[in-house]
Amino acid sequence: MNTNYAISFLASTAGAATPLILAATGELVVERAGVLNLGVEGMMLVGAVAGFGVTFSSGSALLGLAAAMLAGLLVSLIFGLLTLSLQTNQVATGLALTLFGVGLSAFLGRHYVGQSVAPLPHLALPGLSDLPFVGPLLFQFDGMIYFSMIMVVVVDLMLIHTRLGLIIRAIGESPHNAHAIGYPVILLRYAMVAFGGAMAGLAGAYLSLGLTPMWVEGMSAGRGWIALALVVFATWKPRGLILGAYLFGGVTVLQFHGQGFGLPIPSEFLSMLPYLATIVVLVLICRDPKTILLNKPMSLGQSFRAD
Amino acid sequence: MSRFEARPIPSRRMMLGSPLIAACAMLLTSTILFYALGQQPLHAFYVYFIEPAMTTYGIGELLLKATPLTLCGVGLAIGFRANVFNIGADGQLTMGAIAGACVALYFQDAQGYWVLGLMLLAGIAAGMLWAAIPALLRTRFNTSEILVSLMLVYVAYLILSYLVHGPLRDPNGFNFPQSRMFNDHAILPLLMDGLRTNVALLFALVAVAAAWFFCSRTFAGYRMKVSGMAPAAAAYAGFSDNANIWLALMISGGLAGLAGVGEVAGPIGQLQASVSPGYGFAAIIVAYVGRLQPIGVLLASLLMSLLYIGGESAQIELQLPSAITGLFQGLLLFYLLAADFFIHYRLKPKFTNLTPLTPVALVTPPMSPLP
Repeated sequence: MNTNYAISFLASTAGAATPLILAATGELVVERAGVLNLGVEGMMLVGAVAGFGVTFSSGSALLGLAAAMLAGLLVSLIFGLLTLSLQTNQVATGLALTLFGVGLSAFLGRHYVGQSVAPLPHLALPGLSDLPFVGPLLFQFDGMIYFSMIMVVVVDLMLIHTRLGLIIRAIGESPHNAHAIGYPVILLRYAMVAFGGAMAGLAGAYLSLGLTPMWVEGMSAGRGWIALALVVFATWKPRGLILGAYLFGGVTVLQFHGQGFGLPIPSEFLSMLPYLATIVVLVLICRDPKTILLNKPMSLGQSFRAD
Repeated sequence: MSRFEARPIPSRRMMLGSPLIAACAMLLTSTILFYALGQQPLHAFYVYFIEPAMTTYGIGELLLKATPLTLCGVGLAIGFRANVFNIGADGQLTMGAIAGACVALYFQDAQGYWVLGLMLLAGIAAGMLWAAIPALLRTRFNTSEILVSLMLVYVAYLILSYLVHGPLRDPNGFNFPQSRMFNDHAILPLLMDGLRTNVALLFALVAVAAAWFFCSRTFAGYRMKVSGMAPAAAAYAGFSDNANIWLALMISGGLAGLAGVGEVAGPIGQLQASVSPGYGFAAIIVAYVGRLQPIGVLLASLLMSLLYIGGESAQIELQLPSAITGLFQGLLLFYLLAADFFIHYRLKPKFTNLTPLTPVALVTPPMSPLP
């Protein structure tokens, strides 16, 4: 295998990992606050179509990314309204959000099928990008790949080292106690759900603007669900997301490069790998009940009403 | 502070009324959306929601599409009652379709309806097998059945895609990704001439009746209900979670597999690259709108079937986008969940606003010490 090939393999791994990191980082914060939002897939799709649509009509990718975040945030607020203000079952509502997002994105995107936009520009860092091997490997990505890494670090520091992070963890472990102390549980949960929505929207936009600069119905192809699995894989700690996402990214990319390696396997079986890998990884992590018990936010998935 | 207060007991009236409220809200939204899309709202409403049910043929189609929705929905509802969330019914349906098709194609020269019987059994077995994976992983390794069953949907789609592009592709089919047509002994008999409705509808009705019996007249059904409503009480009573998980996934998987055979041995008549327009996912909505009750599921599947068929006719007659169907399905579930809030809560009467109107307030001025 020559160097160029290795670089392209690693670069596409990073590309495949980025939307997973973005969506999973958002969902991780939501879950740390005690809310299980199964609508990631739906929010990603809405973000993907909004990002594509706005970029297509305005010509500005930055505007598209902003629109995707806003769109993801708005649909996540429907989830917030139902689960936080109306105490609906979080599992059912999350499923509803995914089904709604699939329908809404297909509806909004009907005119964009077959169109294309310019892919996100690469951030070439003067000097660094020209280094041999390391340059193209580390310093010639689009900005989103760096942004996703920065977000993981920021969220990690926020959760562990700030007062806000402590409060978020408190309302995720015991909303009743947090409420008794005087923290605005519902308000903070709304904020976290909105953050998760914006991140999922951004992840979706990375699919429709970065990875494949076009809109295809249902283009997230289960990535939202894989992001949910990643949160479990990372045992609700942001740092674990990077390893997990790059692992999945590698597996995903294998399907495109598998035939390049001359593997005599039908492409469908290679395409199954990310889904099968998700199952395997879930089994490995969940096998020991203690791992889950120690790390899972205690109130995850339970409704809370302050009275 | 809150304008709502908890009801002392859940409202039975709201429990039954909430699906109707949700359906009405969905219809209202759809009318507004038709208007926004530049249609004559009432005409579009008629084409979408009324016209499909106006002819005998239309009702036949309605029942045809309601069949897989009922089969999947009944199974899912049984699981949801016990908090077992199988959301991979579309994958189990696909595997059932594949197994049924394999039998039909293997015995393509055979005569006699035993082929059909074998297909149905194979489909049910395949659906159960596909659902056994999340059941096994959940009971043995504590893995979320939600994520595993969903991942397996994609795997099932890919297996289907591989088969119709490869081993099962019709050699005389001009390279289309589909199998050969099944012979007559591998096709479910029609219920009436001129309609496409077949005996799978009867299977669905039997499933509804059996599910009703299971849920309300058997100990296992009771056990699952208790586990769903009061997990702590169920644990105290010694009810086994694992038994519930296995039972829920086997029932829903088997029924989804049966629905899959019903599709390939019914309206489709062969194995194609896609055997379901998301019936397994729509069945989640059907289960909730049907209040997780077998009879309710039957009614909800008719509504959902109308959404599918109405979407098709609106696309043909009014050039409305087909994606509108999915949008309406999602909206329906949102409205239902919102309306369900009022099962457990009610509006507080606003006493404060009444004060200026009370007789005391009217009497006060003359007695005021001020001149």
